[in-house]
Amino acid sequence: MEPITIWWIGERAMAPAVMERVQQELAQAYGVAVRCAEPPGRPSGTWDPKRRQHLTSRMLSWLLQVGPPGGKLLGLTDQDLFIPILTYVFGEAQLGGRVAVASAARLREDLGPGGEGLFMERLVKESVHELGHAYGLLHCQVPRCVMTRAAGVRDVDEKSRHLCPRCRHRLTEPGRSRHAVE
Amino acid sequence: MPSNERVRILVVDDEEIVRESLAGWLDKDGYLVEQAADGRSALARLGAQPFSILISDLKMPEMDGLALQAEARKLQPSLAVVIMTAYATVDTAVTAMKQGAFDYLVKPFDPEELSMMMQKIVAQQELVRENAVLRKALRKEHQLQDLASKAPAMQAVFELARTAARSSSTILILGESGAGKEVLARAIHAESPRAAGPFVEVSCAALTESLLESELFGHEKGSFTGAMARHKGKFEAAHQGTLFLDEVGDVGPKLQLDLLRVLEERRFHRIGGNEIVEVDVRIVAATNRDLQKAVASGAFREDLFYRLNVIPIRLPPLRDRREDIPLLMEHFLERLSAELGRPVDGVTPEAMNALVAHPWPGNVRELRNVLERGAVVARGPVIELADLGLELPGPTRGDAPRPGVATAPDQSLDEVERRHIIAVLAHTGFNVSQSARVLGVDRVTLYSKMRRYGLKRDGDDEPTTAPPR
Repeated sequence: MEPITIWWIGERAMAPAVMERVQQELAQAYGVAVRCAEPPGRPSGTWDPKRRQHLTSRMLSWLLQVGPPGGKLLGLTDQDLFIPILTYVFGEAQLGGRVAVASAARLREDLGPGGEGLFMERLVKESVHELGHAYGLLHCQVPRCVMTRAAGVRDVDEKSRHLCPRCRHRLTEPGRSRHAVE
Repeated sequence: MPSNERVRILVVDDEEIVRESLAGWLDKDGYLVEQAADGRSALARLGAQPFSILISDLKMPEMDGLALQAEARKLQPSLAVVIMTAYATVDTAVTAMKQGAFDYLVKPFDPEELSMMMQKIVAQQELVRENAVLRKALRKEHQLQDLASKAPAMQAVFELARTAARSSSTILILGESGAGKEVLARAIHAESPRAAGPFVEVSCAALTESLLESELFGHEKGSFTGAMARHKGKFEAAHQGTLFLDEVGDVGPKLQLDLLRVLEERRFHRIGGNEIVEVDVRIVAATNRDLQKAVASGAFREDLFYRLNVIPIRLPPLRDRREDIPLLMEHFLERLSAELGRPVDGVTPEAMNALVAHPWPGNVRELRNVLERGAVVARGPVIELADLGLELPGPTRGDAPRPGVATAPDQSLDEVERRHIIAVLAHTGFNVSQSARVLGVDRVTLYSKMRRYGLKRDGDDEPTTAPPR
């Protein structure tokens, strides 16, 4: 399993504690070395003025262009993301590829008494989820597996931050990676 | 939860970026996703392999989404179609739905909306599939297997039944008790375009006329003592299906008139009600009576007879098609093996001879019952003659009562014993060991009694003597 690099590519600063928590959880989930690093800049050419959101496919292209050559790269951002057919997405990844992006923009919705702790939990889940795709995992139908599809924040809250045994097993299967779709 | 792995989705949009992003999103859910840039290539894909869902843009050059939907349905009628449109208007949505679309989506759509719609379609298709499997199993159960036959007369019955099943005409099945009239009626229903609807059976002979009237037409609350609530009758229960009127020849004069009216008008009132109830019901009636004789004697209305006798199908009695007995036996033993949970491989040659020779007054139903008894009491996988409990031609004295038949109160104990031994010997085909087991005595005792009563098998010169022990 390849190591993971995390880049903060948002506009505003992100609390170091949040980044550290994501780093720890990713290391635990995938059992690989995870490091937080400074990106060479912020994504360009990803903004769609009509949608007033960032297009995930361009985000992934930018990460591929400027990212380090080996391992997996996760870009975390506070910007709202979209794919052309949907109003928004929490993140996107190359299926079985090198790069993934996750957005914190909508993860503060309906936080309630959970506050920042719940926000951090959501960001961890989305980070583990998108990197799961980069490691070749599809959406899972086992309840509470972190790889279940989350179409809204309620879905994110319902699932755990852990991979189910079946997804964990699939990670170790040879030839899991599929070609990137974007 | 249904798996997505077998769900094949075709995404059709002339904009590549739309196709790609939607296909990528669905791909991660494990669906098998293919793409097409226009209606023509979409139809080529639909013609080549089955898909579960078609998600198509509404506005495309040459062939729009609605035209594609219409053509796609011709190729794959069970396809769920979702129409995507950039500008939702009530008109386009209504048109899409009217033409059979599952739903429509306004681009860009909310991920939760898309996710729920896909889950809904998959769950619904899974239900439809399960339903089809169950219906097929049920249909198989009720197919003409219980009437399995090589006899030419039965082949003609099957042919007529199949042709009649496709029409909506009333069918009158004629035949003796146990000949398989209900089985044929169920098979006709299962083969008919109404197979998805209910099959409702009413035994006209089992109820009094007033109860049968209420059973058939239903009643309103308070229409008679004990009518605590509105009750829908069998005619209503059979709406869009088949109503099987068994033993229709036993219906009394008043109800004959009511039946005639409902057969003519296809509508009626519940008992005690004013509301007109209209029903779409196919009638299959059956009787073991000679209705033409009943008409001649005035016991059955002539006009009702002609209403029922649109397509008469006459089931021959089993004694007229003895060549079918081995085939039917095989079918019933197979079913009995499954029901009893142990193998029932067949019958001995003696048992088979007896089965073929029996007159079968109770027809196929009697054959099934005899085999069931045989399968239950048989000690091994092969049913022996004695296991069947068939009445056999009597021994030499020719006066054997059937086993279990009560004796007259003026008979002596010796006479009762003699008759009972004769009956048991006849029952076992003169098998002394088996008869001794049935009688609860040893063979020597039985031989001794046989000598005492002068019982011998046909062709034996001397009364039977006991073999050495």
